[in-house]
Amino acid sequence: MVLSIRSLTKSFPGTRALDAVDFDLAAGEVHALLGENGAGKSTLIKCLTGAYRRDGGEMVLDGQHIDPRSTVEAQDLGIGTVYQEVNLLPNLTVAQNLIFGREPRRFGLIDAATTRRAAREMLARYGLKIDVDRDLGSYSVAIQQIIAIARAVALSGKVLILDEPTASLDAREVEMVFDVVRGLRADGLGIVFVSHFLDQVFDLSDRVTVLRNGRKIVTAATADLSRVALIEHMLGRELEDEVETQSAEEPDADRPAFLRFEGYGRSGVVAPFDLGIAQGEVVGLAGLLGSGRTETAEMIFGVRPAQTGSARDMDGPLKLSSPAAAIAEGFGFAPEDRKTDGIVADLSIRENIILALQARRGWARPIGRAEQNRLAEDYIRRLDIRTTSREKPVGELSGGNQQKVVLARWLAMNPRFLILDEPTRGIDVGAHAEILRLIHELTEAGMAVMVISSEIDELVAVADRVIVLRDRSHVAELTGPRVTGDEIMRAIASEATDRRGQVPA
Amino acid sequence: MTRRALPLYATIAIFLLAFFLCWLQFPFILSTRVIGNLLTDNAYLGIVAVGMTLVILSGGIDLSVGSVIAFSGVFIAVMLRDTGLHPLAVFALLLAITTGFGAAMGVLIHRLAMPPFIVTLAGMFLARGAAYMLSIQSVPIQHPFYDVLQDAYWLMLGKGRLTLIGVLMLLSVALGMVIAHRTRFGISVYALGGGEQTARLMGVRQGRTIMLVYAYSGLMAGLSGIVFSVYTGSGYSLATVGTELTAIAAVVIGGTLLTGGAGYMFGTLVGVLTMGLIQTYIVFDGSLSSWWTKIVIGVLLLVFILLQKALLRLTRGSFSGEAG
Repeated sequence: MVLSIRSLTKSFPGTRALDAVDFDLAAGEVHALLGENGAGKSTLIKCLTGAYRRDGGEMVLDGQHIDPRSTVEAQDLGIGTVYQEVNLLPNLTVAQNLIFGREPRRFGLIDAATTRRAAREMLARYGLKIDVDRDLGSYSVAIQQIIAIARAVALSGKVLILDEPTASLDAREVEMVFDVVRGLRADGLGIVFVSHFLDQVFDLSDRVTVLRNGRKIVTAATADLSRVALIEHMLGRELEDEVETQSAEEPDADRPAFLRFEGYGRSGVVAPFDLGIAQGEVVGLAGLLGSGRTETAEMIFGVRPAQTGSARDMDGPLKLSSPAAAIAEGFGFAPEDRKTDGIVADLSIRENIILALQARRGWARPIGRAEQNRLAEDYIRRLDIRTTSREKPVGELSGGNQQKVVLARWLAMNPRFLILDEPTRGIDVGAHAEILRLIHELTEAGMAVMVISSEIDELVAVADRVIVLRDRSHVAELTGPRVTGDEIMRAIASEATDRRGQVPA
Repeated sequence: MTRRALPLYATIAIFLLAFFLCWLQFPFILSTRVIGNLLTDNAYLGIVAVGMTLVILSGGIDLSVGSVIAFSGVFIAVMLRDTGLHPLAVFALLLAITTGFGAAMGVLIHRLAMPPFIVTLAGMFLARGAAYMLSIQSVPIQHPFYDVLQDAYWLMLGKGRLTLIGVLMLLSVALGMVIAHRTRFGISVYALGGGEQTARLMGVRQGRTIMLVYAYSGLMAGLSGIVFSVYTGSGYSLATVGTELTAIAAVVIGGTLLTGGAGYMFGTLVGVLTMGLIQTYIVFDGSLSSWWTKIVIGVLLLVFILLQKALLRLTRGSFSGEAG
C-alpha cells in the first residue's frame, strides 16, 4: 500500500466529520471515494492534503508516518491534488504554471528557454502538444485540468487526489482526462478519485470506498459492486424495507396543471424536460448529489435561466429570465445553503421577513413599521418561530427557526409556487416534522410546492409526485402509489436506458 | 499572439500615433532636444510609476508615494541645511527610511488582512505630515554636489541633453523589467494578482511577497524624491500632491490591468511618455490651457479601461465557447 489511513478522526464544533475512518490506496490503482453531502469525503481529503489537522488516527505514506500541516508540505511529501476548479493561474503562461516555484535560473535570473523546454517535456508525456507560451486561460478547461494533473504529478509523484475533476467537462473532454489518468495508473501512481458521476466511477476506478455520516461504510472492488448496491451504501437504506406508508392520498389524476414547462433546459446544466405542476401539489425532486436537482430549481427561478423550451400558466407564457422576474410571476425559492443564500444573519427576524416583500414593492412604497411588526408577529405565531423577540438577529436562532424565517419571508410574498431546496437540512427532528406539516398546510391553501431533498423518506412523506434526476436529466416521474422509497431508489439506480443526456453538451 | 500583450501594443500604437500627429504639426518635436526634455521632465514620475506597476500587478495599490516624494525632498533639504552629511549619505539614509516605510505598510496589509487602499491612505497622511513637521516652507538646496548632479548630462546628436536623472529613470525601468519578468519574485507578484488563494496553493509566500512589493514601491518613491529634489533644487512639503494618482494613470495607460495579474513594465514607460507628450504638445501649441492635459489623460484612461473590459469579455467568450 502506498498510503494507508487508520481510524482517522476529525471533529468540528457540534459534529464529528470523520469517525475512525480507514482507507487504503495501492500503487497503480484508482480508488474512488464516494458519499453524499456531509459524508466526510472532503474532510478526509483536507486532512490528507494538510488543509485540516486531524484529531486522531494515523496516516502512513510509503512506510512513513506523515502529518502534513499545509498543502505545500503535503505536496513535498508526495501527495498532489487536482480540484474541480482548476487551481492554476489563468494569467500566467502554461510553462510558468507548470514550472512555478522550480524555475531554472542562470545568474539568478529565470532562464525562459529552459523553462519552456522543461514544460514541453512534461506535457509530451501526456500527449499534449500545445504552445506553452500562451496564457493558461486561453485553453479549454479540460486542457487546463490535464496541465493541473501534470503539475501535481511532477511535484508529488506518489499519490494523486482528483477532487471532482470532471464536474465542468463534457463527455469527450472527460474521456481525454481519463486517458491521462489511466496512463498514470499504469505508471504506478496511487490515485484517489472523487466524483458524483457513478458512470465515471464504474468506468475508471478499481476499488470504491463509501463514506456516510463520517463513517466508512464499505470498501470493495468496483467490479464486485452493483450500481444499486453502491447507491444503497451511499444513501444508507435498503431497497427491500418499506419504511414509510405513503402519506399523500390518491392524487386526482385529472388535476389540471396550472404551471407547465415544456422542453425546458439549459445546455451543460439540465437536459430539457417537460413538467406540469397542479395547484396544491407537492412535487419532489430526487436524485444523488450533482444529479441536477438544484440546477433545475435555479433554472425555474431564473438564477441561471433556461435556454430552450417555454414556461406558461393558464393565462399565457411566463417570463423567468431572472430571480426578479420569477418573483414577479409569483415564484419563491428558499435555497439550500440558508447561511449564505437565505438569511441575512445580522438583520432581525422582522427585517428578514419583510425583505423580499419590500423589494417587490420598490423603495418608493415603504412598508410602515406597524405593518412590519404585524407581519413579523403574525408569522412568528403561525410558524411557531421560537424567539424572545421579533428584533432578535436571525443569526442567533437555531437552524430550524432560521429555516422558518426563510419560509416566512416567502410566505409574506404570498407566492403561488414555492421551491424549497433541502428545507430540513441541518435542523433537529422536531423542527423537521414541523416544516413538513407547514408544507402540507400551504398546499391545502392552494399553493404549489417543489421540494428538493436527499432524504428519500422525507420525499415519500411529503410529495404527491416525485421526479427522479440522474446525470442532469429527468429520468423518471413517479406518481400516486408509486411514490415509495423502493421505487425512487430503483429509479436513481437503474442503468440509464437512453443515454442521450448523460452529460448534456 | 498572446492576448495579454494586446494592451501593451495598443499603448505603443497610441504613443506612436500621437507622436506622428504632433510631428505633422510641429516637425521640431522629432528632435533629441524634445525627447531629452521629455525624459528629464518625467523622470520622477517614471521612477515612481515603476514601483506602482509592481504594486498594481500584485493586485494592490499604493497611495502613499506622492507624499513620500514630498517628504523625501524636504528631508534631503533639511538634512543638507542642518547637518554636515554628504548628499550621498543622506540619500542612503532616505532610501532606507522610505523602503522601511513601504515594508511596514506591506506587513500591515498582510498581517491585518487590510485592504491596501486604507493602509496606504494612512501612509499618505503620515508621510505628508512628517514632511510638514520637518518644514512648512520650501527649503532650497545649496550644495556643490547638487550642482554637479544638475549639470550632469550627455550631449546627444542634435544637441539634445540626456540628463543624469533621465538616465536614472531608464535604468529604473530596465531594473523593473528584470524584476517583474525574470525573477521568481516577479512571477510570484503576477501569481498574487491572478488569485491569492490559488497563488498560496501553488506555494507563493504571500506575506514575504507583499512586504517586498511595498518595500520596492517605497524604494522607488524615495529614489523619485531624490530625482525630484535634483530637478527642482528644493524640498517643499506641498509638492507632488496627487502624484500617486498620476502614477496610477500612467500604469493603466501603459496597459497594466488595474485589478492585477497582467501587464508589462515597459508599458508603464510608454504610458509615462504618452502623458509627457501631451504636455509637450500643449506647451508647443501655446494657446491651449494646461487643463487640456488632464482632459486628454482622462479620455485615454477611459479608453484603456474600456479596452481591458473588452479583452476580458473576449477571453471569457472563448472560454464558454470551448467548454459549452
